[in-house]
Amino acid sequence: MNLTLRDFDWHRWRLVILGGAIIGTILICAIFAPWIAPYSPYDLDVMTMLQSPSGEHLLGTDELGRDLLSRTIFAARISMQVAFIAAGVGLIFGTLIGVAAGYFGGLVDLVLMRFMELLFSFPAILLAVVLMASLGTSILNAMIAIGIVFIPGFSRLARAATEVVLREQYVESARAIGMSHRRIVFVEILPNILAPLLVEAAVAFSYAILLESALSFLGLGAQPPEPSWGNMLNTGRGFMTQAPWLSIVPGAAIFLSVLGFNLIGDGLRDVLDPHMKE
Amino acid sequence: MTEPRQHALPDGLPTLRIRDLSIEFQRRRGAPLRMVDRVSIDIWPGEIVGVIGESGSGKTLTSLATLQMLPNRAAIAEGTIHLDDIPLQDRSERDMRALRGDRIALIPQDAMQSLNPTMRIGRQVGEPLELHSGLSSQRARQTVRKLLEAVHIREPEKRVQEYPHQFSGGMQQRAMIAMGLALNPQLLIADEPTTALDVTVQAQVLKLLREIRDDKGASIMFITHDLGIVAELCDWVYVMRNGQIVENGPTRRLFMAPQADYTRMLLDATLSIHTKPGVAQ
Repeated sequence: MNLTLRDFDWHRWRLVILGGAIIGTILICAIFAPWIAPYSPYDLDVMTMLQSPSGEHLLGTDELGRDLLSRTIFAARISMQVAFIAAGVGLIFGTLIGVAAGYFGGLVDLVLMRFMELLFSFPAILLAVVLMASLGTSILNAMIAIGIVFIPGFSRLARAATEVVLREQYVESARAIGMSHRRIVFVEILPNILAPLLVEAAVAFSYAILLESALSFLGLGAQPPEPSWGNMLNTGRGFMTQAPWLSIVPGAAIFLSVLGFNLIGDGLRDVLDPHMKE
Repeated sequence: MTEPRQHALPDGLPTLRIRDLSIEFQRRRGAPLRMVDRVSIDIWPGEIVGVIGESGSGKTLTSLATLQMLPNRAAIAEGTIHLDDIPLQDRSERDMRALRGDRIALIPQDAMQSLNPTMRIGRQVGEPLELHSGLSSQRARQTVRKLLEAVHIREPEKRVQEYPHQFSGGMQQRAMIAMGLALNPQLLIADEPTTALDVTVQAQVLKLLREIRDDKGASIMFITHDLGIVAELCDWVYVMRNGQIVENGPTRRLFMAPQADYTRMLLDATLSIHTKPGVAQ
């Protein structure tokens, strides 16, 4: 069963690869930002403010003369951090709640799921704003708030998947050999509900980036001078006619990262779903 | 029950003794529905006992009650179940967990459905060992290899690395049997283990079950609706219908001289194909 490069089904994985290439590039930018960025994202230079793209400043400069390319690259750090931590929080807690509700059923299910519906009934951005208001504005709190927004979605998905797996014969067989509840959850259920959760996680990544940008745009996420695509977009708003690149560049960065994660999500869904074999 | 039992040890206890077992389903409205009605079954050490009957006759419920794994809305209304001298009814989940897989093993109907698709065969077959005897993973791996050899799976060293979907139907069923045998249980409950298999593989599985009985002295409760298999394999037969036992006796006698009308009907329904002259030509 040695898979060589030749056996690899490029066609089947094409969306994942395309999305992965986009996200991979952004990730590399985020991780190696200090080495890749041509300038510091914080250095002001009033002599060079609002310059259009040129050989010296590839994407131009902002209203304080900071290099836009460098700021965009550094902003990827925050966006990626938020995406991974928020989606991670949602995935872990949502899965725990959903599996518990699905596995134990009855009262546990009723209480947990009504609580999830309560969370679900708030518009995501409003819930995040409320959470930020009570937690205080910082990027860490933004991650937690966005993560909490994701919990109901993951928990519903995990609960539904758990109920499907619970009806499987192999769970009964596991009981018949004397497996404990905890072991059944970790060995039988979790590995078998992982696929839909991973697809959901990829979608959550892109949504987290959008939400973080929205919060930063509103001044609730990353605090200036910390660069974030959201607050860059917000300052760009004031210079739309003089310096349109101030809005276009962070907007394009948001667009690309959302596109990348969505491609990975769609691709994974097709690859992992046995019914969608072409 | 005056007929002598071939494999019975007269002084000992039966491996499994079910007495007047009734199982009821709770309904939302109205009286509970009685699915199994005062069923008594004995299985002696080294005996293969067939339980036959059409679907819905309560044979699977009876076996699930033995494992204390009845569906949520079903419950034992009366009766007792003993494994050796241990009463199984009303035993706590924790106590039952210690018995399941260790002293009573279930070989399910559909092996493909009964294997976790995300776990390698080796780990899966070794799971009872890990659960009950706390073997080190290396010792467990050796035992798994021997178990797979015992159920005639070739190249076990290679096969343990594979996932269930890489196994054929017959191999999956044999892997399930290997899992059931892992700890030499006293009682194997085989719930139509051959229904999903084609005839040649079926024969291998039956041979295997007979070997297990002969070599290890295990008792086997064989649930089926296939009279042909019963005739070939079982020492003693219980015939179930609508939750009751209509007749039981040694296989030979039951086939030669059935006493209950229902048994006769079952036999006629099967035998007519084989015994009509000219059909075979």
